[in-house]
Amino acid sequence: MSQSAVDVPPKGGFSFDLCKRNDMLTQKGLKAPSFLKTGTTIVGLIFKDGVILGADTRATEGPIVADKNCEKIHYMAPNIYCCGAGTAADTEAVTDMVSSQLRLHRYQTSRDSRVITALTLLKKHLFSYQGHVSAALVLGGVDITGPHLHTIYPHGSTDTLPFATMGSGSLAAMSVFEAKYKEGLTRDEGIQLVAEAICSGIFNDLGSGSNVDICVITKGNKEYLRNYMEPNPRTYVSSKGYSFTKKTEVLLTKITPLLERVEITEVGEAMEE
Amino acid sequence: MQIFEYNGSAVVAMVGKNCFAIASDRRLGVQLQTIATDFQRISKIHDHLFIGLSGLATDVQTLYQRLVFRHKLYQLREERDMKPETFASLVSAILYEKRFGPYLCQPVIAGLGDDNKPFICTMDSIGAKELAKDFVVSGTASESLYGACEAMFKPDMEAEELFETISQALLSSVDRDCLSGWGGHVYVVTPDEIKEKILKGRMD
Repeated sequence: MSQSAVDVPPKGGFSFDLCKRNDMLTQKGLKAPSFLKTGTTIVGLIFKDGVILGADTRATEGPIVADKNCEKIHYMAPNIYCCGAGTAADTEAVTDMVSSQLRLHRYQTSRDSRVITALTLLKKHLFSYQGHVSAALVLGGVDITGPHLHTIYPHGSTDTLPFATMGSGSLAAMSVFEAKYKEGLTRDEGIQLVAEAICSGIFNDLGSGSNVDICVITKGNKEYLRNYMEPNPRTYVSSKGYSFTKKTEVLLTKITPLLERVEITEVGEAMEE
Repeated sequence: MQIFEYNGSAVVAMVGKNCFAIASDRRLGVQLQTIATDFQRISKIHDHLFIGLSGLATDVQTLYQRLVFRHKLYQLREERDMKPETFASLVSAILYEKRFGPYLCQPVIAGLGDDNKPFICTMDSIGAKELAKDFVVSGTASESLYGACEAMFKPDMEAEELFETISQALLSSVDRDCLSGWGGHVYVVTPDEIKEKILKGRMD
């Protein structure tokens, strides 16, 4: 309520009190801002011993690259990871929220989390917001029932697949998978295929770029290979650096010394009992 | 017209060696008319944590007041200052809470964490954190700032050189943006002191 005197931290969930004001501004002709999107290529595949997830690392704000090395593979549980495409704030918030719910569930049941549990929690949340929480996810993990790979769409529908791609680069990556995927791949073959699919997204799709992140999940073990491949290094670095011929003109300087931290050098004598 | 172009702003933060710098322009306008040339966009949360807010000026001030309130509550409860990473998560949660009717501003957070390790991050208006190891930018001049910082930034700069680099990047970018400028406001923070400088820029 906007009438309360004290702004007490709310109990969770969304708050809609600025909606009316923002609508008024939009009607006056001011267009709403664009959100940070992860244009993205995200993929997953099931191999002989488990699941491999892969993602690119570019985050875009309209046509501008806002982050050249962001993390799109989110932690859900020690044996479950989730790649996210769509609006960056939505994928981060929804995966963090379900990750916390899974941890509480693990404490209550004293069992490792199952992938299907994460899937149901995610799809229930996304469906209840009817697609307005714009998160497209590739969820993969290995639990007591074996390796699982699922895709979740922003409106809440899910698919269970042996190999999956999502995001703006999904067609480029799917073409690689359809050509080269076979059942019973070894770990190295699987990693190479995932890297190739992500690279195909990086080089052919404008919304994806920079480096390749890979996560390999097997029974009882996971390996997060951050920046597994860096096919786009900066080639124009000047060894001399940038030098300024004219210094900036300063009108006013104010220096605030901070309190020095006192270090205790001598230990006093202990009190006699 | 874009909502972020109503008031005009430019904020940038850079990482140096055990220090960080955060800078902003000083113009406050209403579309094309300039109202003030000394608008404060960067605010201190505690001695080693600063937040710069770009975007709609009314939301800049409201959000700043809410964040200072939450930090003071934290100080009373925990009897210590908030770490920059924790503060970034707090700002992200406050912004995401308003996902379907957001605060129309983009924060830039800069602080010194444990072991005097500098921390910078920026967010979009609904709280998507973007951590960077070199520099972060925000505001109407952001596209020029991206280009200027990419060219001028070097890793591990000392405080003096960092000040010069961030000032040159800010002034050269706002010169190419009608809606921001009228001088610059730079804070360079090292473990021992906070240096606040006002820059002379083009007043057009």
